[in-house]
Amino acid sequence: MTTVLPAYAPWRTATSALRDGAARFAQLVATPLVPADYLDLVSPLRSGAELRGRIVAVQPETLNAATVVIKPGRGWRGHVPGQYVRIGVDVEGVRQWRAYSLTSPAGRPDGCITITVKAMPDGVVSNHLVHEAQPGTIIQLDQARGEFTLQDARPDRVLFVTAGSGITPVMGMLRDRGDQLADVVVIHSAPTQEDVIFGAELRWLAATGRIRLIERHTDADGMLDVAELDELVPDLASREIWACGPTGLLDALEQHVQAAGLAGRLHTERFRPTVLVTGEGGTVTFSGSGTVVQAAGDTPLLAAGEAAGVLMPSGCRMGICFGCVVPLREGAVRDLRTGELTTAAPGDGVLIQTCVSSAAGTCDIDL
Amino acid sequence: MTVMQKKAENPVAHLSARDIEDLGLELDAIRAQVIASRGEHDAAYIRRVIDAQRKLDLASRAVLLFSLFPPAWALGTAGLSVAKILENMEIGHNIMHGQWDWMRDPKIHSTTWEWDNASPADMWKHSHNELHHTYTNVIGKDNDLGYGIMRVDEDQRWMPFYLGQPLWNFINACLFEYGIAAYDLEIAKNWAGRKDNAEFQRQRKAVLGKIRKQMTKDYLVHPLLSGPSALTTLGANLTANLVRNLWTHSVIMCGHFPEGVQTFAKKSIEGETRGEWYLRQMLGSANISGGKLTHLMTGNLSFQIEHHLYPDLPSNRYAEIAPKVQELFERYGLTYVTGSLPRQVGSAWKKVIRLSLPNGFLANLKSARRPVRVAAPAADASGAGRPFMERIAA
Repeated sequence: MTTVLPAYAPWRTATSALRDGAARFAQLVATPLVPADYLDLVSPLRSGAELRGRIVAVQPETLNAATVVIKPGRGWRGHVPGQYVRIGVDVEGVRQWRAYSLTSPAGRPDGCITITVKAMPDGVVSNHLVHEAQPGTIIQLDQARGEFTLQDARPDRVLFVTAGSGITPVMGMLRDRGDQLADVVVIHSAPTQEDVIFGAELRWLAATGRIRLIERHTDADGMLDVAELDELVPDLASREIWACGPTGLLDALEQHVQAAGLAGRLHTERFRPTVLVTGEGGTVTFSGSGTVVQAAGDTPLLAAGEAAGVLMPSGCRMGICFGCVVPLREGAVRDLRTGELTTAAPGDGVLIQTCVSSAAGTCDIDL
Repeated sequence: MTVMQKKAENPVAHLSARDIEDLGLELDAIRAQVIASRGEHDAAYIRRVIDAQRKLDLASRAVLLFSLFPPAWALGTAGLSVAKILENMEIGHNIMHGQWDWMRDPKIHSTTWEWDNASPADMWKHSHNELHHTYTNVIGKDNDLGYGIMRVDEDQRWMPFYLGQPLWNFINACLFEYGIAAYDLEIAKNWAGRKDNAEFQRQRKAVLGKIRKQMTKDYLVHPLLSGPSALTTLGANLTANLVRNLWTHSVIMCGHFPEGVQTFAKKSIEGETRGEWYLRQMLGSANISGGKLTHLMTGNLSFQIEHHLYPDLPSNRYAEIAPKVQELFERYGLTYVTGSLPRQVGSAWKKVIRLSLPNGFLANLKSARRPVRVAAPAADASGAGRPFMERIAA
């Protein structure tokens, strides 16, 4: 009985031992900091660093929307168009995390990615990105996530139903796979012609016959009624549908498609949480940092913690990205979207989404 | 209402309970103004200081690789001393106070920061933030008053041990980081059997682990990397740590020990209101006057009064609110204790020396020599230095 060792094994063991030794040595030199703290001074986007990106350009799209071109760090693993990315931006000195759909095709030659942001009224991050952000700024990044993609499906017939900034994930898909989709209809709603993000590009795609574009200018023509869909798209039943926009539109669409027996054909991406209920409120203890706050029943735990200076992880702030999940050691919280009550006894460490959960009594959170 | 308003000789006798609460509201308003205007400018400041400190640290250590060459030794040692002082004072102390937590940057946050000091961050935060800042200058509660090895107030009982305190103080200054670690460990409390032993063992391990890492870096790895300059680099690192210890000790002595700073009795803080708490911080701290460099190198503890009023406001803002705070002192008829660094250090040392002897010892000595002037100086010596609250509550 013999075992044949691969010839390269000793060499690999030696290099990995050497690497471990070097890392340990670097740690000895850097203490009480870590080597990365010094490397970050010169190379924040290097391989092995926490994932960050550098803003390369901010290109206006409409009066209140802009595309932010980002050069991601070496650790970026790429994305599938339709996915979103969490970014951490410092606005007035405060780190703010938000999630935005990627609008660039996969694998751009310059290695950059883009997000397209519409400035919302009172939107701290969106206004900053559209109006203030400067090229050269380093931002924090997370890997791309999200299920709202074309996946491997190559449907013959596709319908995209979008409104406002809901066009952003769809634009990513069109730019990436537009050529491979034989029959594409895009129904897009915006207040006016000037408000249509990517208006020129969409119209050009339509003019060259790549898509059939139905623009709906709601200031003049009113909101899209899903009942009109059958008329606008007579072959609706034979299409795979991707929809992204306000809650009202998506809810109506879901009902319409279900009634038509096509529920499996619809893929949606929501940009806002639907708040159904409020919790009871209560005393929240962040046991890691020893912070205690009184949280109101309609305040997400994320906001309550941030206001008290607790280092809260966060992301989309609408319950989809799971960037804010932390263990609830003890107590009760209510999901603001569904009203569902989650309780934890000591030792449970139930994972909760702080951005859509409020206190429903005394809570102890492991942060 | 506490007794402090009732005593005719005490420095707050002229203030009514209402005055003190008004004072509290005015101080709250100053705090609110700073919080409302915290922003990008402040964030850029702390990042700039951290960036500069790290580069200075790296550059100084690089220069010290050639420390056999005397100018390199001098330059590298000076640079490293400054880097270590900045790291402990303007950066470490203030970040661990939570002054920059509002930025939500996990790299610059009180819960994640570790500093270049023998005492581990979490232990220091407990003894400093929770005990010292809450019980500032309360005799028997605030261990910073004399660190348990010195008598810095007339109302601490004199014991023969204190005769040696000028020497203890000097030794503590030279080894200050280890003094802080021992103090954070509450060694004396453990000896007296008043500390949970399992907890003490855990903390002792943490401190020794931290000291081992710090020493390995400064006294082993860095010298070895210097090759032929190993011994001179070792000397440079010892010197830089000594300079840092002496400097931080001096600055910290200036915060609460100079003449004119008040101390308080344990009972006087029972049921203390927000306004009274502010008042205690105002009277229990002393500032250091100086220029921008002084403020930077003291970690803005030159604004000790402002820091004690608002321990969690960004340090770069103390200079801006100091005139407003000083104006409140004047308006409410209180004494804003401040002076140059040499003057305050001298004042603190004088107190350490004076109180190494029993109360009134020097005055009695003098009066024995010059019997004509007995009355006035004796009364002065026992009156002016005595804390008002202690006398009242005793």
